[in-house]
Amino acid sequence: MISIRSRRGGPTAGAGWEPVPGNDAARLAWARLRRDRSAAVSIALIALIALIALAAPLLAAGTGHAYDGTYPDSGLDTAGQPVGPGREFWLGADQLGRDVLVRASYGARISLVVGVGATALATLLGVATGLAAGFLGGVADSVLARSMDVVLSLPYLLIAAVLATSFQLGSVPASVALTILTIGVFSFASIGRVVRAKVRSLREEEFVTAARALGAGRLRIMCVELVPNLVTEITVLASMMLPAAIMFEATMSFLGIGVRPPMPSWGSMLGESGEVFTTAWWLLAVPGTLLLLTTLSCVLLGDGIRRALAPRDHLAGSGR
Amino acid sequence: MLRFLLHRMLFALLVMWLVATSVFVLLRLSPGPVERVIAGPRASAETLAQIHHNLGLDQPVLTQYGAFLGGLAHGDLGYSYVNGTAVTALIGDRLPTTLCLVLGAAVLCFAGGVATGVLSAIRPHGRFDRISTGLVLVGLSTPSFLLALVLLQVFVGRAGELGLTFFEAGPPLQENFLRRMILPWVGLAFLMVAAYTRLTRGSMLEVLGADYVRTARAKGLPERRVTCAHALRSALSPVVAQFGVDVGVLIGSTIVTEQVFGLQGIGQLVYHSISVGDTPVIIGVTMLASLCVVAANLAVDVVHSFLDPRLRPD
Repeated sequence: MISIRSRRGGPTAGAGWEPVPGNDAARLAWARLRRDRSAAVSIALIALIALIALAAPLLAAGTGHAYDGTYPDSGLDTAGQPVGPGREFWLGADQLGRDVLVRASYGARISLVVGVGATALATLLGVATGLAAGFLGGVADSVLARSMDVVLSLPYLLIAAVLATSFQLGSVPASVALTILTIGVFSFASIGRVVRAKVRSLREEEFVTAARALGAGRLRIMCVELVPNLVTEITVLASMMLPAAIMFEATMSFLGIGVRPPMPSWGSMLGESGEVFTTAWWLLAVPGTLLLLTTLSCVLLGDGIRRALAPRDHLAGSGR
Repeated sequence: MLRFLLHRMLFALLVMWLVATSVFVLLRLSPGPVERVIAGPRASAETLAQIHHNLGLDQPVLTQYGAFLGGLAHGDLGYSYVNGTAVTALIGDRLPTTLCLVLGAAVLCFAGGVATGVLSAIRPHGRFDRISTGLVLVGLSTPSFLLALVLLQVFVGRAGELGLTFFEAGPPLQENFLRRMILPWVGLAFLMVAAYTRLTRGSMLEVLGADYVRTARAKGLPERRVTCAHALRSALSPVVAQFGVDVGVLIGSTIVTEQVFGLQGIGQLVYHSISVGDTPVIIGVTMLASLCVVAANLAVDVVHSFLDPRLRPD
């Protein structure tokens, strides 16, 4: 069992200690991850989605269609129905005559930006709260731990809807920021709980006593001594949070409480065209497949990272 | 036990108060054109001022807050801005549909998840386990609205062309109950079935390796009894704890499911109210949902302490 802790707190820790080549925890984990076939496939898929997101302006230029441009003359047939995949619209047009391919590639940007942003925010909040609760103990711990329990059990979609109504943000960047903030605030508690539990056991370790004996303050112990020992947990939890955050964004945008139009998101593309699916299958298939591929590869990657970093661990069963 | 219950109930009250206060601050005090929602876009300035006065919006914030909390304590959720109906009546009309949806999905995800998880854990890496692990990964990565859209497309769109009926829209508490509810249940529960399968499998595997299970086997107990009576009881403990957390998720997700399947439940009520800015209804539904979550958590705490006596307070 390789643990990162051996780098810091083990008996070999000291001034003259050099890592044995090939015995470094991060390197071993990376080697394990590379041997993992499903993780490799998922990394390739995520790279592909990122490429689509990066290429969005190129696709817009290549097709000559803007993501918010409507082209009723070429995109709708004589009966007013959207045209299917073809030369003009590579992946079809939607019910307003907009280009599905261009919109989906801009949607990839939203998914990735919101997913990564919200995961980063949730991780930051979760680690800070978990550290403070677990290390400080006492009243601070009861208040923080209790509030994490409450945040976890609230009907978050409902409250996200309330938040979106009360702020009524008009601009696209503001709505992206609010979406990231909402997802981050409602997701940090699941990370915070695990970090808290881990910190409570780490707190009793000798290296903490040693640091204290050397005169280190609480903040220093938390940030310099404890955080490096949490890297495994944080990586695993963050990688499991990413697909959840992407799904959360898609659901919010599907309901119209996430990212605002005219910016397309896979969720809002699915939400806006619900009525015409029976005649225009590509409106369901294109954003749906992209969304499912993204979340599935993120889940697989998260699983791979967990297996690589914590082969048999308490983190194993906590998938949500 | 009584003290424990009292303690938890006090905490539940505290949570309700916090939710009420945040909702009040967010919605009542946000500068929305409340009078416009009531009187319409072409109302005169006097009408608007009159409404402003009638709602008590010209009174100090603390007085408004006191009146709001007092109303809540009496179960008075106010009246809809849009059609003047009492919010409690609006919710009462929609409650049966949502209850059917949530209870059915809860049973489905708990029973389905636990059963699949146990069957997977009995023969780890066997054929059943491998299939279910694959399905779990797919389930964990499918947003429930996407699954619901696909279900509708396949079972209503395609099957409808073949003359098969798997789904009927309309209030569930009439004939053809199952036909109205099965697809919404599956749509709402699938993701959570996956999560519970994974959780149960992990917890079951851990317990099956424990010494007392080996002892039970050594005593010559039949394997079925070892699994069901000895192992399952302690393996269920983390699953029940997780269930308490997920009640809120389930209630929140009804917004999506009801929207996609056109069920006239509370989720759709609140979705509609949000789009027209009908604040009292939004507040009412939020309070009701939080109450359900708090009550469910209380119930889970009690069940949990029965499953694991160590959690019982002294």
